[in-house]
Amino acid sequence: MTTRRLLLSATAMTAAMAALVAPAQAERGADGQLNIIYWQAPSTLNPYLSGGTKEVESASMIIEPLVSFNEKGEFVPRLVDEIPTVENGGISEDLTTITWTLKDGIQWSDGTPLTAEDAVFTWQYCTHPEGGCAQASYFEGVTNVEAVDAQTIKITFSEPKPFPYTAFVGSESPIIQKAQFEDCLGAKAPECTTENFGPIGTGPFIVTEFKPNDVITLEANPNYREPDKPAFGSVLFKGGGDAASAARSVLETGEFDYAWNLQIEPEILKQMEAAGKGKVVVAFATSVERLHLNQTNPDPALGDTRSTVDGGPHPFLTNPVIGQALSMAIDRQLLVDVGYGQAGRVTCNVLPAPEAYASTANDACKVQDIEGAKKLLDDNGIVDSDGDGIREFEGTKLSVLYQTSTNSVRQGAQALIKQWWSEIGVETELRNIDASVFFGGDPASPDTFQKFYADIEMYTNNFSGVDPEAYMASWICGDMPRPDSQWQGNNVMRYCDPEYDALVKEMARTADLAERQNLAKRMNDMLMQSYSIIPLIHRGGASAHANSLAGVLINDWDSELWNIADWHRVK
Amino acid sequence: MLAYLLRRLLISVPTLIFISFIIFAILDLAPSDPTASLPLTIPPDVREQIRQSLGLGEPFHIRYLKWCQQFFVNEPLNLIDTWMGVESERPRILSWATRSPVVDLIAERMPQTLWVVGMSYVIGVILAIPLGMISAYKQYSWFDQAATGFAMLGFSVPTFFTGLVFIIVFAVNLQWLPSVYDTTHVVDDWDSFVYQVKQMIMPTMVLALFNASQISRFVRSSVLDNLRHDYVRTARAKGLKERTVLVAHVLRNSMLPVVTVIALGVPTIFGGAIITEQIFRVNGLGQLLIVGIQSADIPLVQTLTFLFAVLIVLCNLIADLLYGIMDPRITYE
Repeated sequence: MTTRRLLLSATAMTAAMAALVAPAQAERGADGQLNIIYWQAPSTLNPYLSGGTKEVESASMIIEPLVSFNEKGEFVPRLVDEIPTVENGGISEDLTTITWTLKDGIQWSDGTPLTAEDAVFTWQYCTHPEGGCAQASYFEGVTNVEAVDAQTIKITFSEPKPFPYTAFVGSESPIIQKAQFEDCLGAKAPECTTENFGPIGTGPFIVTEFKPNDVITLEANPNYREPDKPAFGSVLFKGGGDAASAARSVLETGEFDYAWNLQIEPEILKQMEAAGKGKVVVAFATSVERLHLNQTNPDPALGDTRSTVDGGPHPFLTNPVIGQALSMAIDRQLLVDVGYGQAGRVTCNVLPAPEAYASTANDACKVQDIEGAKKLLDDNGIVDSDGDGIREFEGTKLSVLYQTSTNSVRQGAQALIKQWWSEIGVETELRNIDASVFFGGDPASPDTFQKFYADIEMYTNNFSGVDPEAYMASWICGDMPRPDSQWQGNNVMRYCDPEYDALVKEMARTADLAERQNLAKRMNDMLMQSYSIIPLIHRGGASAHANSLAGVLINDWDSELWNIADWHRVK
Repeated sequence: MLAYLLRRLLISVPTLIFISFIIFAILDLAPSDPTASLPLTIPPDVREQIRQSLGLGEPFHIRYLKWCQQFFVNEPLNLIDTWMGVESERPRILSWATRSPVVDLIAERMPQTLWVVGMSYVIGVILAIPLGMISAYKQYSWFDQAATGFAMLGFSVPTFFTGLVFIIVFAVNLQWLPSVYDTTHVVDDWDSFVYQVKQMIMPTMVLALFNASQISRFVRSSVLDNLRHDYVRTARAKGLKERTVLVAHVLRNSMLPVVTVIALGVPTIFGGAIITEQIFRVNGLGQLLIVGIQSADIPLVQTLTFLFAVLIVLCNLIADLLYGIMDPRITYE
């Protein structure tokens, strides 16, 4: 399928869907108040200054990108009529420019028209060197954004961009109003409190009051482009507390209509759901809980060169046979049942979605096979020669330090995995580190996930949007965290294969969608078969909504509130 | 008295400056990163830019002095400007997470914390004094046993547990009270007042239970102490009514140590009851502090902790002064 056909079908499908979910009696504000609870409270309504999910999603009710993703990861045009492609001339033949044409007659909530100048300004705002814009990666490679005329936005890239749908696509890259933010460029951005707390937007709702880290009240935008939407006249968006009580307020007490991100024990969630006031909905995108196997030697005796290429390869984890045995010993389904419930499913790929990109070559891992793992090690001569229950590889005991962030679900998984590994003769020492340190990226701290002063570590990573090119490029040799890169870098397990790097380069040159999917699968399979990454669980987002709330299409590719204009009350 | 007051106030200035430095140093030395809570999809170079834009590139002493200037000079001057109706341009202390002035955040949180946590303290004290007195007067009676049991329970059961029990009983099962505190609620008529009371009951009572059990033990032991004194016997021998003996003589003397305990407990009101605020989503100062800590919002945490330090120093002073007023034997000359 060509890009164009895919996009067109997506457009058509959305239109059909919108027609389906539209309320019967269509009148703006007829359904009264909608109560939403996010147990992490938004700190600001300017996603360019924050980057946290809570800020991006709350702001998505107010400010909009040109195009969103629907719950299947397909494009949904919002402020444009058509998705530019090479075929319709929207993307230049050399893949260096993309031209968007705004829909006619779109107004900001203050009644002034939306123009291409606003998009140009948004680009300037986010790329200002002193601004510290959290979404700067959406504008990476963009050399110019110009307003050809009031309706036409032309984006130029420094080099051919096979997948140019980054800037102004998705809730993390919305358009802000030039007239409002004009004096807030660069170092002045944080001083514009009024603007950051009450952005003027084109979305279905406008802010009436914003209390940072607490609550937002919103009302229907009188200038919203669809005259009969949104069905709700006002929104109360409460923040704070914890996930369990947020779930309770929807599923048990019925005080709220929608609760976000319910990472709680599956059993408790099921009990709450049994009260019959609402239901739990789950969406999957690209988050995968995985193990990284350090390909370099983390031995403390190496001093400064530990966990770097200079310190030499890992004594045994570079051997795919051992990685495979470790993977076979894990009962992924049990990890899902115990820790994730509906919000998790077994995966054998680090790239599990979008579906067209997901490989099926590694599915054997779905079933635990401890005997097979033992046999595999035995056949390869990795046996326990001194009778202490731990196997040796070339004289080194298979003893690993396994670290992750502090989090009860993760510690539960660690304990189970340790047990399974001990059954195949691998000794495991467990360690957990506070999340703010583990993910903190402080180059002076020995405990960050990038520094990886351990043999194995576990965490979740994902990519935003639907195109895995940048994500798959994480594992090139040059992107390892090193002392001279201040321990920054995405290739956390220090995987290095020139063949893989070549595939990454090839993907950066390939525009054909089918070929890109093929390349992504090949890269995924190379990683999987090197056993430097062991994927465990494809994680989804779980939210809950009241039975009286209809129109919710939970979405992990974009903001969960992406279609809030279509939400309505059922009696 | 005045000279004493001035002397104490002067001593507290270097104390507070020292405290502010210690807080700043601890927060700075702690391994925390304001970009740590962001999604991993945000690349490292963008994170570095964010850190730079927050001023983290500057050395420790510069950042500390900047904070001092903003807190001790700019904020008070800005406040005066606002009173005078003048637009002020001086840089304010900005929170990293919200990018808005910290002092405004604190001012916004003050009402709900004062109402809920303050009210619970008042109720706690009102319950504790008679409870403690009767317990002491009728030592080892069934009332004393029951009050002791109540105090033990209230003191040792953590508020996150009592809070949860209250929610499950009154919000989930009986559906009498809301489990989420609505900070946007405006009281303008009888019905909205009733709703305000309803939403305050659970958080207030959870905290009042805890406060009452703590203070009632102090009252009890202090009253017991005084009942054995000679002046009580004298008063009774004079033929005073038992009521007068208790209220005018014993209670007044017993209150001395209790007043200190109560006064020193006042800063904890402002500290908010972090856990209780979190459970009921009161979103006052306690919740602000915890959110600040979680997102490594150093300017916010620094300013809040420092304000708590100021309150503690002030309340100590007030407790000392109250001593002088309540007990004529104590002079400050």
